[in-house]
Amino acid sequence: MPDYTLKIRRFDPESGQPAYWSEYDVEVDPERSVLQGILDARDKQDGSIGIRCSCRAAICGSCAVKINGKVSLACNTAIGEAADKAGPGNPIVVEPMNNYPVLKDLIVDMDAVHWRKIQRVTPWLLPEGPPPEREHIVPAESMIDITQSMACIQCGACVGACLSLEVDPEFVGPAALAKAYRFVGDPRDGQEEERLRDLAEDPHGLYDCTHCFACIEVCPKDVAPMSQIMRLRRRATSDFGIKDRNNGYGHEKAIVGMIEKWGTLHEAQMPPRSYGDGSMIKGQTEPSAVKALIADLPTALRGFRAGKMTIKKVLHHPKLPGQENVRRIYDEVESKDERLELNMYIVGESGGEEQGAMSEGGLES
Amino acid sequence: MPQHDVLVIGAGLAGQRAALAAAEAGASVGIISKVHPVRSHSNAAQGGINAALNPEDSWESHAFDTVKGSDYLGDQDAIEIMCREAPDEILHLEHLGVTFHRNELGKLGTRAFGGASAARTYYVADITGQAILHVLYEQLMKHDEVERFEEWFTTALVKDETGRIAGVVTRNIRDGSLELFTAKTVILATGGNGRIFEPTTNALICTGDGIAQAYRAGAALMDMEMVQYHPTTLAGIGLLITEGARGEGAHLYNAQGERFMEKYAPNKMELASRDVVSRAEQTEINEGRGFPDGTVALDITVVSKQRIHEALREIVMVGRDFAGVDITREPIRIKPGNHYAMGGIKTNVDGETDVPGLYAAGECACVSVHGGNRLGANSLLDTLIFGRRSGAHAAQVARGMAMPSPAGEELARERELIGSIVNRDRTGRRVSEIRAEMGAVMDKHAAVFRDEEGLKTALETIRRLREEAQTVSVDDKGSVFNQDVLGALELHFMLDNALCIVTGAIERKESRGAQYRTDFPERNDEEWIKHVNLTANADGEPEISYSDVTMTQWEPQERKY
Repeated sequence: MPDYTLKIRRFDPESGQPAYWSEYDVEVDPERSVLQGILDARDKQDGSIGIRCSCRAAICGSCAVKINGKVSLACNTAIGEAADKAGPGNPIVVEPMNNYPVLKDLIVDMDAVHWRKIQRVTPWLLPEGPPPEREHIVPAESMIDITQSMACIQCGACVGACLSLEVDPEFVGPAALAKAYRFVGDPRDGQEEERLRDLAEDPHGLYDCTHCFACIEVCPKDVAPMSQIMRLRRRATSDFGIKDRNNGYGHEKAIVGMIEKWGTLHEAQMPPRSYGDGSMIKGQTEPSAVKALIADLPTALRGFRAGKMTIKKVLHHPKLPGQENVRRIYDEVESKDERLELNMYIVGESGGEEQGAMSEGGLES
Repeated sequence: MPQHDVLVIGAGLAGQRAALAAAEAGASVGIISKVHPVRSHSNAAQGGINAALNPEDSWESHAFDTVKGSDYLGDQDAIEIMCREAPDEILHLEHLGVTFHRNELGKLGTRAFGGASAARTYYVADITGQAILHVLYEQLMKHDEVERFEEWFTTALVKDETGRIAGVVTRNIRDGSLELFTAKTVILATGGNGRIFEPTTNALICTGDGIAQAYRAGAALMDMEMVQYHPTTLAGIGLLITEGARGEGAHLYNAQGERFMEKYAPNKMELASRDVVSRAEQTEINEGRGFPDGTVALDITVVSKQRIHEALREIVMVGRDFAGVDITREPIRIKPGNHYAMGGIKTNVDGETDVPGLYAAGECACVSVHGGNRLGANSLLDTLIFGRRSGAHAAQVARGMAMPSPAGEELARERELIGSIVNRDRTGRRVSEIRAEMGAVMDKHAAVFRDEEGLKTALETIRRLREEAQTVSVDDKGSVFNQDVLGALELHFMLDNALCIVTGAIERKESRGAQYRTDFPERNDEEWIKHVNLTANADGEPEISYSDVTMTQWEPQERKY
C-alpha cells in the first residue's frame, strides 16, 4: 500500500494557542478515501484529531472539509486522486471549511451558520387546508423534480464554498435556498407566493447570489443549489411578478434586453434600464428610477474622469458582429410553449448526468 | 438538571417518530443524539418502505410474507400490528411532506422488493430513509417544544430506588460536561450494532450503545444471534448496494456467468429473502465459482438507463465514487456483508422492556417483527410504527406519575470511568487494535455460515478483548469534542453486544433465518421455535432463558422461494 502524507490544520480551543499544522504519514489503498487516511492517522498515531464522520458513503453529510483548498466530503474523495492533485512531493492539505467558526480541528459550528440559515426558510411543508383522506394527487414529475433538492444531505459544503457568503455573512445561502425550492416546487405546499416574496424581498435573500457556480461545483450530491436559486427567481418574477429590494429583477431584464439588441452590454444604459425594469423610457421618467439615477451620478462622473466612459460611448453602442446568431438563441428559447426547466432527474441519460446540472446554470449565466 | 416526561435517546427515524408522537400526546419531550439527527444511520435505508396500501393488496399478505421471511421466529401479533398500521403511517408521512414516487396517475407508486408477494414498497428514488429522516427533522424544527440535545453522548441509564427508570447520564460532546437528565420514561432508539463486524454496511456510529446500556440496566436482550448479512455489499469497504437494484430487475451472476439463483430459489430468483440470497452467494464463492476477490457480480445494466438515473441514482454514485464502476454499463462485484441486527432489546408491542419505564424502538429493539430474517423495506416501517407506539405509550404513562428521583451514584460512577480512561497512561492496546480484532473474528465466525468450533473461538476472543478493553487509554485529554474517549466507551458497548451475539449463536443449535449452523443444518421446529433471551448477571455475563414465539394464524411451513 502506498504512503501518503496528510497535512491537517489543527485547532485546540482549550489550549489558548492559534491553529497549527500537523503532518501524518498514512498507508492506505489509493482508491480509499481521504477520510480513511484521517481515521488511520487517528487510530494509529494521534487519537485527538477531530473530524465528524459516520456513514463513509456520502449520505450522512458529516465530513465536509477543505482538501487541497477545495471543499469536499472527505469520505468520497479518493486519497490517491487527492495526492495527484496536491502534486509530487506535496502533502494532501486538509482544513476546516470557510464561512464557519471552527470548534476543534476539522469540526466547525454547523448550528451557528448552516442550521440557522435552514431555519430561516421555514423549512417544513405548509399545506393548504386539511390533509386529504389518502395521498395528495400530484404529477409524478413534480416529485422527481424536487427530489433533486431532497437529495441534499445538509453537509454544508456549498455554504463553506459560497463566495457571496464571504462578503455578506447574512446571505441566506445556497443550502437553505435549495431547501426553499423543495417547498416552493412542491405542489402540496400552499405558501409558494409568500415564500418567494419573503426570500425575494430579503436583501440577503434570492438576489444575493452572484452566479459564481462554486456551490454547484462542490456539491457532492449534484443538488446544484445555484440552479435551484435561479428557479426560485424565475418563479418569483415570471409567475408572481415579485420585485426585489436589490433590483435584481430589473437588472436581469436590462441585461437580457441589451444582449438581445446589441449582443453586448451597453454600460451607459445599464443604470436607467435596470431601474426601469429593462425600459429606457421608464428608467428616465419614473420618479423612483430618477431618484436612483441621481444617486448613481458620482459613479458615472468617476467613469468619465477615468476615461472608462466617454460621450461617444454613451451615445453610440455598436452591434456585435454576427449579432443575428445571438438573436436566433432568443428566438429559439422564446418559441417554446413552456418555460424550459431542466432537471437531471428528469433529463436522465439523454441530458447526461453532469450536463443536466450544468446546462441549466449555463442558460442562466 | 433537565427533566422530561419522555426522554428519547437517539434521533434516527425511530427516535424522531417517538419524540413527535410523545409531544403530540402532550408530554414534555427531550431528544438526545450523539450526532446531529440528520446524520443518523436511517439515512442509509435506500430502497423503500413496505405497506399494503394498494386496494388489491392486503395487510394479511404483507404479514404472511413477513412471518415467512422471519423463518417463523417473528411474533405474529406484533407483525399483524405493524402490517395493519403500515398504510396509515405511509399516508401520515406523505402528508408531512415526504416526496414519495408517484405513478402516472399521480398516486403513490411502488417497486418490487425481496421476499414480498406483491410490489408494496413505497420509495423516494433510492434515498427513502434520507427523505423520511429529513422530513421528520423538518417537523422537529417546526415543533421546537421538543427539546433537542444534538451531539450529546449518553453513557448510562439511571434508575430510582424501586428499580424503575429515572433518567440517563449524558455528556455534552461540545464541552465535555457530564449531566444527569431526569425523566419519567426513557425510549432507547439508538440503532444497531453492525460496527462489531468488519466490514459492515453500517455507519461508524452504529456501535450498539443502547443495547449494551439496556443490558447493563437489567433488560433482557432477545435473539441476538440473528444478524443479517445483506446480499449486495461492496467487498472491502462494505458499502451497501440497495436491494432496490434487484427490485428493479438486476441479476446475479457467478464468475462462470451462471445466473446461480436458479438453483437456490427458482421462483423468486434474486428477490428471495436476504438470508437465502446471501447463503447462495456465499456457497458459490466458497465452492470456487466466485471471482478471485471473493465476490459475485450484480448486473444492473439490464435496467434501462433512464430508470437507473431516476430510481437508482445513489447507486450510480456509490459505484462511481467507491468502486470505480459505471453501473449503467458494467456489472459490479458484490458479496454478502454485515447489515442489520434482527435481535435487540426485548420489548412488547408498545415498546416496553423488562425495566419499568424503559422503552426501546427501531433496530436496537426486538419486538420481534423480523424474527430470524428481516425483509427488505420492513426496517423503516418497524422504526416508524414502533417508534410512534413507544412515544404515545410513554407519554400516556408519564401523564399519571410524578418525576422520579434518580439514585445518585450513577453520575459519579460515569464521571470516574471517563476520568480514568482520559487520565490513564498508555500501557495496554489501542482502542483501534481491539476494535479491528473484534471485527475480524466476528466476520469470520459469526457470519453467513457458523459452527460451534468457530463460535467458541469467537467467544474466547471476545472475552479476552473485554479484559484488554479495561486498560485502553486515549491520546485526547481535552473536553471539547473528545471523540477519542467516546471511542473507548463505544468499544465497551460493542464488546457487550458481541458477547451476546456469540452466546446466542452457540445456544441456538439449529439453522433458522440468518443463523445457519453447518453443524446443525436443519431448521428444528420441535425444539427451537422459541426466542433466546439473555440477561446480565452480577458479573455482566449473559444468563440464558427462553420465551415463546407468539403464533396467531400462520403455522410453520417449509420455506421456499
